[in-house]
Amino acid sequence: MFDTKEPLIPSVGVVTDIRIDTPDVKTFRVVTPDGKKPFDHRPGQCAMLSIPGVGEAMFSITSSPTNTEFMEFSIKKCGCVTEWLHSMEPGQQITIRGPYGNAFPVDTEFAGHDMLFIAGGIGLAPLRSVINYCRHYRDRYGKIDIVYGSRSMQDLVDYKEIIEEWSKDEGVTVHLTIDREQPEWDGHVGFVPNFVKELGFSTDKIAILCGPPIMIKFTLAGLQELGFDKTQVYTTLELRMKCGIGKCGRCNVGSKYVCKDGPVFRCDQIDELPDEY
Amino acid sequence: MQEIKREILTAKAAELLENGTVTRVLGWKRGEFDYDVTPAVFESAAELEEGFVWNDFCGANFSKYLIKETAKGEGKVLVFLKPCDTYSFNQLLTEHRFDREKVYAVGVPCAGMLDISRIKESAEGVLAVRTEGDQVLVDTLYDGTLTLDRAELLPDRCKHCKSKKHVAYDELLGEEGEVLDSHRFDEVEALEKMTPDERFAFWQNELSRCIRCNACRDVCPACTCEKCVFDNPESGVENKAAATSFEEKMFHIIRAFHVVGRCTDCGECSRVCPQHIPLHLLNRKFIKDIDNFYGEYQAGAEVGSRAPIVNYTEGDLEPGEAVKRGETHA
Amino acid sequence: MRKVSLDKLDQLFAGIASREALYLPVDTAAGAKFERWAEGKQLSDALNTVRSPKDFFFPQTENLMDFKMEGKKIEIIDTRTESEDFVIFGVRGCDVKSFEVLDHVFLSEPADTYYKNRRDHATIVSMACLKPVETCFCGTFGIDASNPEGDIVCHKTADALYLDAKTEKGEKLLAALSDLTEEADAAPVEEQKALIKERLAKLPLADLKADAFGSGKTDEFFDAPEWKELSESCLGCGTCTFVCPTCQCYDIKDFNTGHGVKRFRCWDSCMYSEFTKMSAGQPRLTQLERFRQRFMHKLVYYPTNYDGLFSCVGCGRCVAKCPIQMNIVKVMKKLGGRANV
Repeated sequence: MFDTKEPLIPSVGVVTDIRIDTPDVKTFRVVTPDGKKPFDHRPGQCAMLSIPGVGEAMFSITSSPTNTEFMEFSIKKCGCVTEWLHSMEPGQQITIRGPYGNAFPVDTEFAGHDMLFIAGGIGLAPLRSVINYCRHYRDRYGKIDIVYGSRSMQDLVDYKEIIEEWSKDEGVTVHLTIDREQPEWDGHVGFVPNFVKELGFSTDKIAILCGPPIMIKFTLAGLQELGFDKTQVYTTLELRMKCGIGKCGRCNVGSKYVCKDGPVFRCDQIDELPDEY
Repeated sequence: MQEIKREILTAKAAELLENGTVTRVLGWKRGEFDYDVTPAVFESAAELEEGFVWNDFCGANFSKYLIKETAKGEGKVLVFLKPCDTYSFNQLLTEHRFDREKVYAVGVPCAGMLDISRIKESAEGVLAVRTEGDQVLVDTLYDGTLTLDRAELLPDRCKHCKSKKHVAYDELLGEEGEVLDSHRFDEVEALEKMTPDERFAFWQNELSRCIRCNACRDVCPACTCEKCVFDNPESGVENKAAATSFEEKMFHIIRAFHVVGRCTDCGECSRVCPQHIPLHLLNRKFIKDIDNFYGEYQAGAEVGSRAPIVNYTEGDLEPGEAVKRGETHA
Repeated sequence: MRKVSLDKLDQLFAGIASREALYLPVDTAAGAKFERWAEGKQLSDALNTVRSPKDFFFPQTENLMDFKMEGKKIEIIDTRTESEDFVIFGVRGCDVKSFEVLDHVFLSEPADTYYKNRRDHATIVSMACLKPVETCFCGTFGIDASNPEGDIVCHKTADALYLDAKTEKGEKLLAALSDLTEEADAAPVEEQKALIKERLAKLPLADLKADAFGSGKTDEFFDAPEWKELSESCLGCGTCTFVCPTCQCYDIKDFNTGHGVKRFRCWDSCMYSEFTKMSAGQPRLTQLERFRQRFMHKLVYYPTNYDGLFSCVGCGRCVAKCPIQMNIVKVMKKLGGRANV
């Protein structure tokens, strides 16, 4: 038999905890059957989760690499696999393989810099891993700003963690916004791109964007208006994937494979790709 | 070479473009060789002059292209239709798949197209092909010019041509032909005479070669669903390849069922199959059974006709009787 | 250099087949096809098998693994088995090159063990093309049909088959067949090579050049207006992809047998409308984008990643099989012409 590990063959994972974040987002805690973290990863990397018979899909790992006990995935319900995940109960086994993709250059390009995280909706999920990594190694980074917006207060993912942990950290400022006014909301109302411009950040930072394509487009334009260069801005791309290892061809854009050469791209690198993402 | 010369078609097309009857022309574009002509849209006399081809390999049925082409906007499309294409044309009109007002149809007579794979069985390195009467002259790389019998080089669908008569057109070039006694059910009868085991083995062998490229479906003028069930992940049968040996048969059988009473027997499915699977036989079996059970019916012979299979009458055959007759016939 | 007279070919095949599985192209009613050799099966002289030999390493469908599900528990069953040793005999130069194109994808880290397993166990015996035809354009991609690559290279003359081992694997096989072959003078082979070269130079597609394409040319071709006309009548079927020896996109799907779940891999095509479709959107909305992807990948993206190597070997299968006769030759002439203006 084979002694070589086959990258397409997953391992068993157990979902030990399911947290309801928003009406359509849940966060799943995954460990191995013997209770360990499935594998090590770097911030921004992804994993393939599957329910045999339903299908396999790629998700960004939401928990920070500094969490050595388990892995977390914040997943929005859209499509077959996610619907199944949303309907299951704790104790359910799934399959998991990874980690896939590059990661945010947290220990190189980001080191020593002020950080500006900008997320919309479920786009906070891939950033949560980086944000918590930066919080863990707090002395390696400068000031941290987090701009996060969603449709409504109820749609803000990780709200509790944001309020109870992030905003209480020294040197971390959280700026929240929702699309439309709500009676119980006394914070900012408006779309993320405008909010970013209103806040008017100084350009000596590294910005990381994640959210719906339209938000990324307008926020990037806003940042450029503020004087940011594309080389200071990072984002993640999402395309359909099957193998996760740059072979099946689905996430091929130009000469890059988003699953292996991405999902993290610097915005000037994205300019070099054909417009097919 | 067909009875009608290329120049007559290009002159007609140029005239209709010039006098404003049409704004675009569906035709065949010259390729590297005589036989690799590609369907294309021409918009000017100059484009026609440069690339328009009409030869023994212009077999593609343009009826289905009319759906996409007429949807592009204003102005009429000129389409050249061979007799067999006009049946698909009518059938698509019956199904309201394109706007008749946006099409100017010119009927062209057809003496049967040529099958390049048949030619290549006898000729290595085909450089040029031309018809002279009953013969086909083939210039080859290694054996000079070969003279072959034209009747032997026809694709199956032309060997059993069902009609030289155009059932739809705005204008006809050349002489009108007749509906023919095609013997097109001979091969089906041979299959019916087999035992069920033999028949199963026959189809098993043929369909096992299927590579699920979907060319048969994508070219079929009766397959015009905007979203095919086999492309729909929600359907549960979306597999691009057969997960089991049952499944490879299922795709073709479901497809044959889906076009029952609508298939005009144009033969495009078998023409495009890269694996030479005689898919038209599945459809012909259904046509023959309809003829037997409900009286002769030719899909597309006229616009608006209702196929017996979707047209209930009190005199309809009971299913049990159909099975019985099917058996006695076998 | 060894040789065997043609009337003793059967004995040679029997000799190989007694050691390991032997596959060779045979003529069938539906064209030439690779089949396992058995007494009586004749080697076809056809240039192209209808299906390319990529099937040997990357089959149309294959089971990857099984799952057993019980309550909330999942058991993953590794169904991989060691491939038997096998010989693919009579592979043409274009198809041999296609293995190299596939190797770069499947064997790059992390290697695909299903592919690697079969590749490791295969010995490739190639065959020079004495009579290349009008659809051949392997020369465009630097392939020499008179002297193909392979573990053993064969030249078939009027009376004998000449075999020349090029690798350790080939030498091993040829050594094992030494009783069935005899030492040969290379002169007839050299003579044939010269003849083939002469013939290749006269082919209608001999002047097709790939120079305009290659690494880093994305911007030059991506927005070319010619894509519209080229893709206009494309049916969106997968014929070109599936007959292509180098196309390697795949899908992974699950099949519930009622007793468990089989996860299998099958060929997929970037020409298909749902290839890149996500619940969140569709980056390639029309056939133009899908059509462009296939050719950009072969002529620009792949060479960008693999040191200029093109992902086309000029076998001509798509030229012969496309239902609407649109193919890479027409694409290259149309776009290459533009670049040369």
